[in-house]
Amino acid sequence: MAAIIHVKDLSKAFGEITAVSGLSFQVPEGQVYGFLGQNGAGKSTTIRMLLTLVTPSSGSIEIFGLDLFKHRKEILRQVGAIIERPDLYKYLTAYENLKLFATMSGVRATRQKILEQLTMVGLQDRADSKVKTFSQGMKQRLGIATALIHDPRLIILDEPTNGLDPQGIADVRNLILHLSREKGKTLVISSHLLSEMELIADSMLIIDKGKKVVEGLSKELLNPDTLHVELITGDKQRTLAVLKESEWKSNILDSKDESILVMMPAASVPMLNRLLVEKGVHVFSIRPKNSLEDYFLSLTRN
Amino acid sequence: MLQLLRIELYKIFKRPRTYIAFIVITAIILLLQIALKADGKEYVGMMMSGMDDSFFAPPTEVLNGYTVCFIILNLLLIHVPILVALIAGDMISGEANMGTLRLLASRPASRIELLLVKFLAATIYTLALLVWVALLALGVSILLFGTNQMVIPREFEFNIIDTGDVFWRYMAAFAFASVGLITVASLAFMLSTFVDNSIVPVVGTVCVIIIFTILTQIQIPFYDSVEPYLFTTHMLGWKGFFYVKGEEGITIDGSVENLPAVLKSGAVLLGYSLLFLGIAIWHFRRKNILS
Repeated sequence: MAAIIHVKDLSKAFGEITAVSGLSFQVPEGQVYGFLGQNGAGKSTTIRMLLTLVTPSSGSIEIFGLDLFKHRKEILRQVGAIIERPDLYKYLTAYENLKLFATMSGVRATRQKILEQLTMVGLQDRADSKVKTFSQGMKQRLGIATALIHDPRLIILDEPTNGLDPQGIADVRNLILHLSREKGKTLVISSHLLSEMELIADSMLIIDKGKKVVEGLSKELLNPDTLHVELITGDKQRTLAVLKESEWKSNILDSKDESILVMMPAASVPMLNRLLVEKGVHVFSIRPKNSLEDYFLSLTRN
Repeated sequence: MLQLLRIELYKIFKRPRTYIAFIVITAIILLLQIALKADGKEYVGMMMSGMDDSFFAPPTEVLNGYTVCFIILNLLLIHVPILVALIAGDMISGEANMGTLRLLASRPASRIELLLVKFLAATIYTLALLVWVALLALGVSILLFGTNQMVIPREFEFNIIDTGDVFWRYMAAFAFASVGLITVASLAFMLSTFVDNSIVPVVGTVCVIIIFTILTQIQIPFYDSVEPYLFTTHMLGWKGFFYVKGEEGITIDGSVENLPAVLKSGAVLLGYSLLFLGIAIWHFRRKNILS
C-alpha cells in the first residue's frame, strides 16, 4: 500500500530542548495510524510539523508524494485536523463555525452539507446554538466536524477523545472506523488511550523522548500468538548470552534496564524458562505482555 | 483573499467587545455636546478671553457645529487610539489565546495571506470607528448647533474660516486622522503577533502612546531632537488643515498654512505603519504556533 505521509529524519529543537530527533515513519493510505507516546514524547510537535504550524529544524515531510513546505496549500486543502483541544469561536454558533472553517479550507459548504456534518457528530439539534453553551464533549465532536467539513483525504486527530464520556469515546471510535472502512480516509490519530488505539489502529508508531521506539502493523505488534515477554533474571548478562545462542537470538527487542524484552510464540515460553534454568540462570519473572499498554510501558518506561 | 476578509469582518462584528468602542465614543461625544449646549457660551468666553480686542464675535455665533466638532476632536483624537488598540491588539494574540490560531494556520491560506487579511480587517474596523466619530462629532454637532464661520484658536491669534470653506477641511482632517489611527492599529497588530494574550499588545500600545505623547508635549530642549521621530507628534497633523494662510488679516479660502508639513506628517505615519506591518509579517512567518 502506498504511503500517504513520508517523514524522514525529522528533528525539532526549541533552543536547548530537542522535542523530536531523527524521526522517520510512513503512513499507508487508507489506514488508521496510531501515534503513541507519553506526555512530552514529541507527538504534538510532530503533528504540528505535519500541519506546518512548527518549522522543523531538519528532515523532510512528504504528503501525497509532495514536499509539504513547497506544496503547502495544495496539500493542506486535502487535510483535516484537530490539534489538542478543539477550540472554536465561542461567540459563534455551531453552524457558523462550520461554515467559517469550510470557507477557510476553500470549500463553499451549503446549509444541507453543514447539517449533514452536524448530524454525523450528533449535533444536528444544536446547529444554531452558540458554542459557549456546549459541553466539552460537544465541542470535541464539533471540532471533529470542522476537520471533516471539506471532505479531506487525510485526517489528523490529536487526542480526539479528550474530555469525552464512555459513550462519546465509543461514538468517536465508530466514526473513525466509519471514515476509514467506509469512506477510505487515512487517519493519523495520536492518543494516550491505549485500549482505544488497540481497537482502531491498523498501524502504530510509538515514540519516546522524540525518537521512534517501534513502528509496525498493529496485528504484528499485538499478535496474541507472538508474545512480547518481559524477562527478569538474577544475571542479565548471562541471560543475554544464553538468548544469543538460542533460536530466539533475533527476537530480542530491548534490554535497557534490569529486564529483557523478547518476542516469541506463546508456546515457546515454557521452553525458554527450561533453557534458562538448565543454564543455571535464576529466573525471577517471565511475564507475557500482550496488551498494548503492557507493550507500550515496557518500551517507554526508561 | 476576499472570502478570508469577509470571514475576518464577520468575526469582528459578531463579537460584543467590538461595540464597546462605539458605545464609549457615542457616550463621550454626546456628553460633550450636551455640556456645550448647556453651558457653551461660558466655554467660548474663556476661549476668547486672551484674544485681540479687534476681534469680536458673539459667543452664540462662535459656538456652531463646526467649532464644536473641532473642540470634540481636540479632546477625543488622543483617546480613540486606545479604542483602536483594543481590537487591533487582539487580532492575532486573541486567536492564539482562544486556541483558534492553530486551526486557522493549518488551513490552506498562507501565513502572509492570513496576516494581511487580519490587518485589513483591523483597518476597516478603524475606519468604521472614525466614520462613526465623524457622524457624531460633525453631523450631530451641525444638527444641534447649526453652521457658521469657524473660529480656530492659535497661540496668539484666531483663524476664521468661512462657512463654505470648512467642510472639505474636515474631510481632509478625517482622512489624515485615519492614517494616524492605522499607524496605532499597526503597532498594536505587530505586538499581537509576539504574544499569546491580548493584554500585552493593548497595554503595550497604550503605554507607547502615553510615553510618546508626554515626550511630544514636554518642554525640555533635550527632547526637541527626538520629537520629529515620534509618530504621536505627527498624529496631530490633522489640525494643519484648519490653519489657513492670511493676507492683510483676511484668510484665503482653500489655503493651508503649511501643507508640506501636513503631507510630511502623513508620509511619516504611513512609513511607521508599513514598518510595523513589515515586522509583523517577518515575525509571524517564522513563528512556531504552539498555543
